[in-house]
Amino acid sequence: MTTTSIAAAPNAAAPNTAAPNTAAPVASSTVQINRIYIKATPQAIWDAITRPEWTEKYGYGGRVDYDLRPGGSFRSISDAAMQQAGMPACLVDGEVIESDPPNRLVQTWRAAWTNDPPTRLTYDISVKANGVTCLTITHDLDGAPDTAAMVAGSVEGAGGGWAEVLSDLKTLLETGHSLSSLGVAGT
Amino acid sequence: MTDDDLIFKALADPTRRFLLDMLFRRDGRTLTELESELEMTRFGVMKHLKVLEEAGLVLTQRSGREKLHFLNPVPIRLIHDRWIDKYTERRVTALADLKSELEGQA
Repeated sequence: MTTTSIAAAPNAAAPNTAAPNTAAPVASSTVQINRIYIKATPQAIWDAITRPEWTEKYGYGGRVDYDLRPGGSFRSISDAAMQQAGMPACLVDGEVIESDPPNRLVQTWRAAWTNDPPTRLTYDISVKANGVTCLTITHDLDGAPDTAAMVAGSVEGAGGGWAEVLSDLKTLLETGHSLSSLGVAGT
Repeated sequence: MTDDDLIFKALADPTRRFLLDMLFRRDGRTLTELESELEMTRFGVMKHLKVLEEAGLVLTQRSGREKLHFLNPVPIRLIHDRWIDKYTERRVTALADLKSELEGQA
């Protein structure tokens, strides 16, 4: 297993309209990186990220709606069960910055349940040996502490964040079944 | 060695667990920062970081002239999900919370 430096450059971050964070001293780095190796093709992983029939099967289970070109819109939509549980219709929204299927997707990502500004999310997909593909999610959470806590899995009762989503994605792609521990449908 | 062996070997050392604890508290640190809290040579810390990198527990990213180190929690999540399913998780969490509270760490 090799660990090379990561292609994304989150410090050249997306324009951020939020007021400066004046709270307690913040961490010097607001980037979270999650990496997983999955026995699947880059295209299968790309589809699992960008197609609603896949995204509803793992992680938090929203159905994504992507316009995969620079400036195109992104939304993750909740289903009836989630809305009954009090979640908004649109869980996450954002804008596509760069789309290079099946290698790299850069977008903004704003969680509807917070007052945080949009964050910057990069998916890097690269082929390794023996049919294994490496997926790296680099999430720049500058000025977005609530979103950062949520995606780090440190909000009680709100699931395990990206690490849990990726573990679930791996299980789904490698076995055909999801762990389904996050979405309302799976509880 | 399998990936699992690399992970358990990496975790089976107090210095490497301390390095992960530091990154868990605050991610994206330089070697100089990590080194400053350890009674160890720079070379020694580098060797430990290399073991953590090979296990996929630490990822690095260049930022200008500096190399920043990040905790990758995914391999540990995979270990969790191997033995703790969504039904077991509730009682495990409840017991872990109880322990934290009684021991005054809550």
